[in-house]
Amino acid sequence: MIHAEGLTKRFGEVTAVDSVSLDVAEGEVFGFLGPNGAGKTTTVRMLAGLISKSGGKAEVAGCEVGNEADALRLRGQIGILPENVGLYEGSTAYQNLEYFGRLHRMDAVTLRKNIERLLRSMDLWEKRDAPVETFSKGMKQKLAIARALIHDPTLLFLDEPTANLDPEAAKMVRGTILDLRNEGRTIFLNTHNLDEAQRVCNRVGILRTRLLTVGSPRDLEARLGGRRTVVRLERTSEELASAVRRRLGSRRVEISGNALVIDTDDPDRENPEIVAALVAAGGRIVELTQPMASLEEVYLKLLHEGEAAR
Amino acid sequence: MRLSQAWIVARHDMQLLRQRRGIFLGLIAMPLGIGLGFPAFVGLVLLPRGGPNPASWAPMFIEAFAFWFVIGAASLPTSIASYSIVGEKVSKSLEPLLSTPTTDGEILLGKAMAALVPTLAAMWVGALLFQVLIDLETVGPFGYLFYPNWQMVVELFVTMPVVALVAIEASVVISSRVTDVRTAQQYAGVIFVPMIFVYVAAEVALPLTALNLLGLSAVFGIVALALYWVSVKAFRRDEILTRWK
Repeated sequence: MIHAEGLTKRFGEVTAVDSVSLDVAEGEVFGFLGPNGAGKTTTVRMLAGLISKSGGKAEVAGCEVGNEADALRLRGQIGILPENVGLYEGSTAYQNLEYFGRLHRMDAVTLRKNIERLLRSMDLWEKRDAPVETFSKGMKQKLAIARALIHDPTLLFLDEPTANLDPEAAKMVRGTILDLRNEGRTIFLNTHNLDEAQRVCNRVGILRTRLLTVGSPRDLEARLGGRRTVVRLERTSEELASAVRRRLGSRRVEISGNALVIDTDDPDRENPEIVAALVAAGGRIVELTQPMASLEEVYLKLLHEGEAAR
Repeated sequence: MRLSQAWIVARHDMQLLRQRRGIFLGLIAMPLGIGLGFPAFVGLVLLPRGGPNPASWAPMFIEAFAFWFVIGAASLPTSIASYSIVGEKVSKSLEPLLSTPTTDGEILLGKAMAALVPTLAAMWVGALLFQVLIDLETVGPFGYLFYPNWQMVVELFVTMPVVALVAIEASVVISSRVTDVRTAQQYAGVIFVPMIFVYVAAEVALPLTALNLLGLSAVFGIVALALYWVSVKAFRRDEILTRWK
């Protein structure tokens, strides 16, 4: 559905997006993670043909990005939820959707049907004749998603759909995204909410001007999260930590409450050594675990590595 | 360029106009004020107190008063166009609009039509009222029907649309560089100033004949062409999404 190679955007001397290459398959929910200013919105705008690219090439929904002849066809096949929903506040929910349906050149019957179906699915049908300015933030966000879906697009770009929402509204919107995923829609989701990415995305890419990595959340956790052994003890002490360090060499060993957190390269070989060292030093082991790193840890690690490489 | 697509944008913006009470009232009040106010002045003050043989001196005043419709056409669309563009910019609704299969030119044309159509319609209604009332007042003293005449035809169907276009294009260019509607309106109001000069000249020395009005329209036509080029450059999605304040 999306194929990009070396996609680049420069604003004067500043490179906002640097040689991004990625593929998104049909029916996939792809999460684009990155801090503010990483280039997520610029990438979406380039892929959607809203702004020109400075370099590289991309094909979206069978249309060549940047080809003027394909531009209208491309925008007809995608739906976009921008970071700022940009609804017409003085108009009703129905009028907002009707206007965008007309701009997508939908016939009156299909448009009426789609408006009703979408407003009902978003629980907004009863509010269809109410001005949008009377809606809560969550309702506005859902209406903006409905607007992006009005013409039944094959691909949906969602730019920070839960940013600035209270937890309840964010949950409501996340539920809507999960429903769309279950319908088999292809979704490109920009977010810096790692929990959201973990819950709804099949794969994620981490961007900081350059694309640092791509993979499923579980793959990334396993591949990049590093390995750690957590030993819970009856009582921890600096002596016990030193005993492990002496046995394993220059390993990072940290005391965290009543546990020692130890970086390991080869747990099968090193865990028995850790246990032996602790027992010999008088430690009383309650539990030994090998937790996976969270996506958040992977994300932060990659961003810090990226920062260090700059 | 699909006119039907531009018309969807224009119809929507004209619908939004009804929600902006200040502009909507201005759209009714200004043509009515000119269409009723000046004939009232002519009938109650000018003709009774202006001296004998009004057919020799009154037409110059009436023509100058009629020029207020051109001045109105320069001022009304700046409010509408500023709201239509800066308003969308402030409410961040331009990005969703640009995401639809509508070209930049169609959006620009739609917004221009949304400012031009109500302005011209309102001014033409006001001008019709003005001409009927002036005719009722002057047919006796003049001995002939003053309106319709060629001056008014040129003024309403050539000068007024050209001047309104200049005002709209100026608003588009200004709107791309400012962040609030009031500032856009104030800057766009500059277009009002040369019109006042023309008005004063008409009162003092320059008769607003059909030929003079055509000459004036030609000058504004050149300005309109230059501003069109600048406004098309300013109203490009790349510019709007990355450079507009």
